[in-house]
Amino acid sequence: MLRIRNLEAGYGPLRVLKGVSLHISPGEVVAIIGANGAGKTTLLKTIAGILAPQAGSIALDGAEIAAVAAERIVARGCALVPEGRHVFGNMTIRENLILGGYACRRRGAKCPSIHEGLEAVYGLFPILRERCGQLAGTLSGGQQQMLAIGRALMSQPRLLMMDEPSLGVAPLVVRDLYAAVAALKQRGMTILLVEQNARAALAVADRGYVIETGQVVLEGQSWELADNPEVRRAYLGKEYSRVDEDNNHGSNRAV
Amino acid sequence: MIQFGLSGITHGSVYAIVAIGFNIIYNTTGIINFAQGEFVILGAMIAITLAGVLPLPAAIALAVAATMLLGGLLELVFIRPVRHAPVLRLIVITIGLSILMREGMLHVWDEKVRALPVFTGTDTSTVTIAGAHISTQALWVLGACGVIVAALTLFFRRTTTGRAMRACADDRMAARLCGIPERWMVTLSFVLSAGIGALAGCVISPITQTQYDMGSSLAIKGFTVAVLGGLGNSMAAVAAGLLLGLLEVFTISQLPVAYEEAVSIVVLLLVLVCRPTGLFARPAAGAARAA
Repeated sequence: MLRIRNLEAGYGPLRVLKGVSLHISPGEVVAIIGANGAGKTTLLKTIAGILAPQAGSIALDGAEIAAVAAERIVARGCALVPEGRHVFGNMTIRENLILGGYACRRRGAKCPSIHEGLEAVYGLFPILRERCGQLAGTLSGGQQQMLAIGRALMSQPRLLMMDEPSLGVAPLVVRDLYAAVAALKQRGMTILLVEQNARAALAVADRGYVIETGQVVLEGQSWELADNPEVRRAYLGKEYSRVDEDNNHGSNRAV
Repeated sequence: MIQFGLSGITHGSVYAIVAIGFNIIYNTTGIINFAQGEFVILGAMIAITLAGVLPLPAAIALAVAATMLLGGLLELVFIRPVRHAPVLRLIVITIGLSILMREGMLHVWDEKVRALPVFTGTDTSTVTIAGAHISTQALWVLGACGVIVAALTLFFRRTTTGRAMRACADDRMAARLCGIPERWMVTLSFVLSAGIGALAGCVISPITQTQYDMGSSLAIKGFTVAVLGGLGNSMAAVAAGLLLGLLEVFTISQLPVAYEEAVSIVVLLLVLVCRPTGLFARPAAGAARAA
């Protein structure tokens, strides 16, 4: 569904992605994990068309989208839930969702009605139905994240990209969010998930890539990555790194 | 007293309309469009010329449409190619545009003071409200202001395109991720502002008359009102416009007429120094800060 080859991108003279290649097949959930500043967000923004790539190719269903504007990429069925949620705070939840369907409305025929789209989102996140008349700015972080995901779903994407959905969200709500991701997976949605919270991401994903300083350093099935000692040490929580440092007196450096 | 009040409200509603034009462009782009006053005068000038050969309503409709077209074209030619430039540079471009338009109008319509005929009745027909006389044209001005505000409110709250424009104002990246063509929303904001300005120019022309260089004074007053109400807040602009209009007439009832122009400058400076967010800070912004 999505195939990226030797992608280079960044901000001005700064090159953040240094030749990233990856692919996602239809119906797959793929996780990209990596530390802060590794280039995960840059990667998603470049796929979504917010950033222009400096080199390389991005193909969505075989069609090149590297030079296509963000608003057209959504219309082609590739939606991004941006890091930090970016809901329209001065608008109601319902208005946010309706705007999410903007691209779909322009695409025409294949699109279900706004009403059907809303019902599908409300089915996934019932709290949004309860609050549909409230301003999005009054929601909690977790609820805003649900709204951001719902808004992206309103464009009826074939590929849903999510950037750090668990960031700044209470642990209990993270569980709800990932239950929703699992539900979407069950319905056959193709998902590209970027997370620092590697444990949650690898639990739901089929495959994963590990990115460090703008390059893919590791790829494999989720269980392989979750079992990989380097991944465990670097990304799966404090207890592992503590054990590791105790054993090696901190002399071994990460990859 | 009421007589002065009515006159103040009439002028104030024109300032409000000009301020709303500022706000629409400011909201979608962050630009203060200093050519806003020229849109007002251009609309009136075109209508005056067309009124010579067409019935008045058709002349006004065509003038508004032509000004909208020009507003859109100016955006496409002068703003869009440099849209990634800093906002300050874009503002300087709008100042350039205002000079360009003023000189263009001087070339086409010379220095003569012109006016549209009053829309209904005669120059002297008035309606009496609570013992004060108000000209029928002033009622047209008030009505136009009311209709513009109501129509814009409906447009921004109820239509998808209006909501999309608000989305661009709120969060440009998120708007693009929803598939909203943000660049065209910017063009649309210039088209809308130009049209609103032109309509304001037409309704006020029979009262204040129209000359090629009156735009800058209107722009300053409209800008004062926009700042007074809080930039970007069109509802507050109406209140602020009426306030400035009233302030002006009461000043000239006490002081020489020459001070009329000074009022808005003084208000502008006071607001910028003492309360740059405007009299009515937006509730949403306040709530966000409190949270």
